[in-house]
Amino acid sequence: MAKIILDRLAQQFVAGEILETGSQHGNEWARVAPAHWRAVAQFLRDDAVAALNMFIDLTCVDRLGRTPRFDVVMHLYSVDKKHRVRLLAGLPEDDSSIDSLVALWPGANWFEREAFDLYGVHFVGHPDLRRILMYPEFVGHPLRKDFPKEGRQPLLRRLPGSVD
Amino acid sequence: MPFSVYTSKLAQAVNWARKFSLFEYPFVTACCGMEFMATWAPKYDIARFGAELPRFSPRQADLLIVVGTITERQGPVLRRIYDQMCEPKWVIAYGVCASTGGFYQNYSAMPGADQVIPVDVYIPGCPPRPEQMLDALVMLQERIQKGEGHSQVVLRAERGYVAPDVAIRPAGDTREGSGR
Repeated sequence: MAKIILDRLAQQFVAGEILETGSQHGNEWARVAPAHWRAVAQFLRDDAVAALNMFIDLTCVDRLGRTPRFDVVMHLYSVDKKHRVRLLAGLPEDDSSIDSLVALWPGANWFEREAFDLYGVHFVGHPDLRRILMYPEFVGHPLRKDFPKEGRQPLLRRLPGSVD
Repeated sequence: MPFSVYTSKLAQAVNWARKFSLFEYPFVTACCGMEFMATWAPKYDIARFGAELPRFSPRQADLLIVVGTITERQGPVLRRIYDQMCEPKWVIAYGVCASTGGFYQNYSAMPGADQVIPVDVYIPGCPPRPEQMLDALVMLQERIQKGEGHSQVVLRAERGYVAPDVAIRPAGDTREGSGR
């Protein structure tokens, strides 16, 4: 399977922006240095060969115990070329911030808010980085592996006699 | 004829009218709603029990049916809807999620709607069959007739309404509960 996108990245970024790449069954992925997250994304969107003009998904993975702890994962798709790529960026626990891509793909807005809400990843330059699923009063980021599974934070006082 | 006997008979008549004229407010949040809708349809036909008319305003409803998972975030919404309903009012929790939280044992799902509002009848099932809804409705009608609904009990305590079970129970029996 031709590695069209990975070859393009290897041609364009030679200064260590791309940390690791892989391709299995035609699924190409690249691990990007977080500082170059936005530059790589913009290149892939605007490049005529890659032409990855469609934002598919953005989420986060908490690999507790690993360094760096978090992986931000993004999927891109080319409507014209019909190929796709997965980009990853590892973020350390003490500085889990990365450039926002809302300026490139407006559709990334709510996905970045979700990753912020549930994992506490900060997206620099996001126009409206608020919680999107949990309520504003909620403390913590519940999909982090060290968040207690039943860490409920009720908004209302429970009725007397109710069993949690 | 003593006045208390007269008023208790009146309460029985009023409760009889209430139980066959329930106006529902369906608070549907999840997949249970698909099964719940069938109770309105001709095959199960909840109209046979006088509860066929859903009112999509809580102010016009006296039966709140909580259908589906309630999250902590929805708690204040559910409580406000319940508070907006005129008394007396009743609540049915449809399905295990509304009753206990079901298989959701996590940071976001509320372990049962009864954490924030009083529930009169619980229906287990994931989702329950429409027959169970009809069964629960009949159970609720029995409670209404006996004046045992949560809000009926509260009304009696707060405003001194005469209980219908004055005539049902022997004199001097002040135990709480149904007395069945």
